[in-house]
Amino acid sequence: MKKTFFSGPRYRLAKSRLFFYAVCAFSFVSLIPLFLILGELVQKGYKQFNIDLFTRVAPSSMEAMLARISDDPLPGGILNGLTGTLLILTIAILLAIPSGIATGIYLAEKQDKPLARFVRSLSDLLQGIPSIVIGVIVYIWVVKPMSGYSALAGSVALAIMMLPMVIRSTEESLKMLPLSLKEAGLSLGGSYSRVMMRILLPSAFSGLFTGSLLAVSRVMGETAPLLVTALGASTVNWDLSHPVSAVSLLIWEFYNDPNLAGLIWSSSLLLLLLVLGINLFAKSIAQKWKIQ
Amino acid sequence: MENSINTDYILELKEVSVAYSPGKNAVDKVSAGICPHTVTAIMGPSGCGKSTLLRAINRLHELYQDITTTGEILLKGQNVFKMNPMKVRRLAGMVFQRPNPFPTMSIYGNVLAGYKLNNIRLSRSEKDAIVEQSLRSVNLWEEVKDSLNQKGTFLSGGQQQRLCIARTLALKPELLLMDEPTSALDPISTARIEELILELKEQYTTIIVTHNMSQAARISDNSMFMYLGELVEFGTTKQMFTKPVNKRTEDYLTGAFG
Amino acid sequence: MKDRLFKAALLLAACLIILLTAGIVYGLVSQSVDAFTHFGIWHFITSADWDSRNERYGALPFITGTVVTAVLALLFCIPFSFSVSLFNGEYFRNRKPAVFVGSVVDLLAGVPSIVFGLWGFYTLRPVLVGLGVSEQGFGVLLASMVLAVMIIPYASSLSAEFIGMVPNELKEGAYSLGATRLEVIQRVSLPVAGSGIFASYVLAFGRALGETMAVTMLIGNTNHIPRSLSDTGNTMASIIANQFGEAGGLKLSSLMAIGLLLFLITASINFVAKYIMKVVSR
Repeated sequence: MKKTFFSGPRYRLAKSRLFFYAVCAFSFVSLIPLFLILGELVQKGYKQFNIDLFTRVAPSSMEAMLARISDDPLPGGILNGLTGTLLILTIAILLAIPSGIATGIYLAEKQDKPLARFVRSLSDLLQGIPSIVIGVIVYIWVVKPMSGYSALAGSVALAIMMLPMVIRSTEESLKMLPLSLKEAGLSLGGSYSRVMMRILLPSAFSGLFTGSLLAVSRVMGETAPLLVTALGASTVNWDLSHPVSAVSLLIWEFYNDPNLAGLIWSSSLLLLLLVLGINLFAKSIAQKWKIQ
Repeated sequence: MENSINTDYILELKEVSVAYSPGKNAVDKVSAGICPHTVTAIMGPSGCGKSTLLRAINRLHELYQDITTTGEILLKGQNVFKMNPMKVRRLAGMVFQRPNPFPTMSIYGNVLAGYKLNNIRLSRSEKDAIVEQSLRSVNLWEEVKDSLNQKGTFLSGGQQQRLCIARTLALKPELLLMDEPTSALDPISTARIEELILELKEQYTTIIVTHNMSQAARISDNSMFMYLGELVEFGTTKQMFTKPVNKRTEDYLTGAFG
Repeated sequence: MKDRLFKAALLLAACLIILLTAGIVYGLVSQSVDAFTHFGIWHFITSADWDSRNERYGALPFITGTVVTAVLALLFCIPFSFSVSLFNGEYFRNRKPAVFVGSVVDLLAGVPSIVFGLWGFYTLRPVLVGLGVSEQGFGVLLASMVLAVMIIPYASSLSAEFIGMVPNELKEGAYSLGATRLEVIQRVSLPVAGSGIFASYVLAFGRALGETMAVTMLIGNTNHIPRSLSDTGNTMASIIANQFGEAGGLKLSSLMAIGLLLFLITASINFVAKYIMKVVSR
């Protein structure tokens, strides 16, 4: 056997070292975009991040243009977007979470039954559908029959996107519970539904709650499906059967209208803070409530 | 209804078989009678069907597909398979291998879990009385009386297991089924549970699965020895440990296998 | 009695998923029938025409645009996500640096698509213009760069798990034969975790295929097959987002047909990934 420099330990260790540094460097670079994005939004958006943002509806292009000409700060905020997002999300949650939890329970209970396996793969399939496709489907099934864009249509679209995540987290957190918990409940003479509602679901609650919150934060910033369902509105609207705006939809409007571009940053900053805030909150809950 | 109900027995097994898959009996035609106020130990090497038999008594097998139980099990003369399974499970309370207090409930709530699950409404004073009495009967009252509102999962393993026994006793069962209740516990906690089992004999009938032979010798009046699903020998513990009838029992007890 | 009601409700909820999926597939198919019968399925897929005035529609430019941007994005993303997964799954497994990197990367997955679009438009595009890639900066290259950042979390978090699942005994065996850390990774960890890592890249690829908003804002929205990486184009998702609002008749049906094709592509990609993972985890 011939020993060369390249089979010697010093070369091999140096190579190993070098690889490690490369891994660290690339990992570090992967973190930069998030901070760049945050930094840019804060830097450009903090001036417009004021009380108006929360209390006034978005200005029209005309108003914004006049303000720009006279060099005033842009008037108005994103109140119509905030209320719209709130309305759409609330209804989406009401639609997705109960049925998602029920399906998750079904899957956790029936594990390997053919129907359960089928439903599980369909849920995976739903999760992979691009959001714009969900948008156009809801356009066909809800917008067209109701002959108009509506908040409800937006909620249905977001609910369909949330559903697989809720199902998955319910199933996973129920499956993590020891089997003996259920047996103990039944051994005390509890009926199946009572054991599920009083013992198993509460024990799985933290996982379930985290999963649902993450699902909410994931769909909160969605824009594409709302474009073809909720459309957008220039005023505050609480009527489910009428078009409604959303924070993400407003950002899209601002982006497309040079007169309104000044509002992009504060509204994006708010959206990002909301989404990341919910995200972090959900994860901290998962940490805190972990069952020993 | 049969006329020849033997009222001496609180529990009677008649040719009980349990199969996890058709044709393969994990418990094979076991017949036995259990007298009230006794402790019966079920012994045998692992996989011999002792837990399976125990779980057949309160019909836990029905939770799973593909498990079939045949034969008759009479609890106080009544065939359990003709009773409401929820009632059977209430009358035959079960304690599991690992302590499993309900993680979302306080100690207080854990003791009352059975009532909650059966939707039985109690007044505050009734609740307090049941909790105190049940915790006293497992010698846990003094240790936890000031922390009744804490989660049961904060207790030590031995305390948790006694809490689980209290949770079962709170429902005043006819029969206590224990599935290796000390296998996850340290020696001191084990000794306390064993003491407790002996104390409970005054009021309850206990069947305990164990693969710890000396434990069986210490606490049981009668013993069953099971092997490959069959009930090989059933008699008083004293007799079984001194002069076993069956060769396989003797081999097991003297450590020739197991 | 109550139990039976409860179980019936669970079953009903599960059946709702079936109904929902059936509704989605049926809706897409029924709406695209017009386009498919008018142009012929094969011709629709292979035609590069997208001509509103003469009502001639074909999906090829968008299929190409979608595949090219997604492949490019995956290529850009791999060095980074691979490093992150090694960082989190091997070098700093379960330790503070890994927790930090893991949570930051996870947060990246939470950033809304439209915010990524803005970042690409206002920050990355001027850089490309400055480098002289193209006059406006819009195009396949810009879109795939932003897509690459967007899919890093999807590609890295799952593969970190697979790398972390490599049994310690195996690694210790290799160390005790005198292997360096890199050699252990090369010879032990990667062969064992390889198919899992591959599957997570396939999943990330599926994500890239369906991304809508950021791509719509960055790719330039021209309806022809991109001639180079710096050229503009459209993806299947972006053409739908762009033209759906004003569409009717044959054009609407053509957009629906593109939606159906996109659905089929992403569904099969996801299916492949899930299948690999199922085989691996057995």
